[in-house]
Amino acid sequence: MPESLGEAVQFVWASDASLLVSFGERISAETNERVRRLLRLLEAEPIAGLRNVHPAYCSLLIVFDALRMRHAELQERVTEYLERAETAEVPEPREIEIPVCYGGEFGPDLEEVAALHELTARQVIEAHCSRSYRVYFLGFVPGFAYLGELPRELVTPRLGAPRKKVAPGSVAIAGHQTGVYPFATPGGWRLLGRTPVRMFQAEREGLSLVSIGDRVRFRPISQERFAELERG
Amino acid sequence: MKVIEVESAGLLTTVQDLGRPGYGAMAVSASGAADAVSLRIGNRLVGNREGAAALEMTLLGGTFRFPHGGVVALTGSDFEAQVDGEAIEAWTARQMRPGEVLRMGPTRSGARCYLCVQGGIAVKPFLGSASTHLLTGLGGYAGRALRKGDLLRIGESAEPFRKRKTSRAALEKLAPRKTLRVTPGPQKEWFSAAAQKQFLQSAYRVSEEANRMGLRLEGAALPDLPRAEMITEGIPLGAVQITAAGLPIILFVEQQTTGGYAKIANVITADLHSVGQLRPRDEIRFAAVDFEEARRILAEQEGLIKDCVVDG
Repeated sequence: MPESLGEAVQFVWASDASLLVSFGERISAETNERVRRLLRLLEAEPIAGLRNVHPAYCSLLIVFDALRMRHAELQERVTEYLERAETAEVPEPREIEIPVCYGGEFGPDLEEVAALHELTARQVIEAHCSRSYRVYFLGFVPGFAYLGELPRELVTPRLGAPRKKVAPGSVAIAGHQTGVYPFATPGGWRLLGRTPVRMFQAEREGLSLVSIGDRVRFRPISQERFAELERG
Repeated sequence: MKVIEVESAGLLTTVQDLGRPGYGAMAVSASGAADAVSLRIGNRLVGNREGAAALEMTLLGGTFRFPHGGVVALTGSDFEAQVDGEAIEAWTARQMRPGEVLRMGPTRSGARCYLCVQGGIAVKPFLGSASTHLLTGLGGYAGRALRKGDLLRIGESAEPFRKRKTSRAALEKLAPRKTLRVTPGPQKEWFSAAAQKQFLQSAYRVSEEANRMGLRLEGAALPDLPRAEMITEGIPLGAVQITAAGLPIILFVEQQTTGGYAKIANVITADLHSVGQLRPRDEIRFAAVDFEEARRILAEQEGLIKDCVVDG
């Protein structure tokens, strides 16, 4: 039961214990910035009875305790937050550099991606490192950041059949996105290289190396440097 | 310090509590017991707070020795529990004498059985919860399922033993259901009237791919699948996604926090514990309820959980 607020925001009752706040149907940094600002405001001023939030490209899913709160009450509260979200002081995004050892056993799809686009492996690496990417959100598994947008010459469909297991730290691309696998999981993205940096650490403040709205830039490193960094 | 010695672990036994909500922005799902109703009642039986950590066993239980004794309760499905060759009663607090061994077998009803122990299972909490997250190897006992030879510490408790049991009438009302009640999913209208009707009229079979992350169902594929490309969005617990093959997946406690499949429906909160008791090859159906009804059922269930443990 969508109900619109102003021009863009829609509330959707996604389950009996959650509300989806949708900022539209278009992936853009501007829309995602609205998601980030609402998220940060909710973190700074928590609403009692709210249990969890799942941000994505253009929406924020808010999970609540259905014994304590109704959708309509939460909608009212969130509407107040939305009115302030554009101007409220929220933490600034950060810039993070991620070192990557490209190709070889770390990037088994590098050559094929290059061939698909009639580029050399070196050109693929240069293109991948040519810009900084926005962290749109973390999803899939803990610490997995959806980064965009890829330079047009690297836009590549997912693998036809996903790998059963992708090594942690694998740096990959799919569609207009790039990302790093934090854990050994199945995965259908094409692997270009690997980072020795841990994307998600239980002991670290904030847990994940990056969070929504941050800018990420990849930097190529040698196998020797990879080994050094991995040893810490 | 009291301990439990794991003489055999069973098929998949993990430490679980009520999970770690609040870290969705880092893509950490809330996790926690697959059948939270059984966990909560088990903890009440032994005099714990409802969210104390316990053992969740799956399909085939383990064998556990209590060198210093302890107060235990078994809840959830019937795993043919025995002490010294004698069957012991589930849904009841029981004192284990020092050296006694609790032996569990294969399930005779649903997928999961809970072993709650007075004082709770003491493990180092991760993000405020003892729950094991299997995919990432975080939380619980060493981030993994139990193995033979593991030694579990039991938390301190000053509570004296009280013979508590669970009201039969309440248990009947709380029994896991095979017809899961659902509210409309965010993309319900993307499906044709015929597909929506078929979804609610079909019997589905739980496939072998059913675990704490999700349950893949088998049955007749839905017709007229939506062709629109969906933008990845947050997924609520119990979401029913329809895959490209036209078949449902129920997202469960160790779910992905976001996803891009259209969600036709969502299992109501009050029926999530029933999902936790589904086994591969079980036949299930879906029934539509509105949000008000879902809320009424949940409030009623909450009352039953609060009142079902009685002195006996």
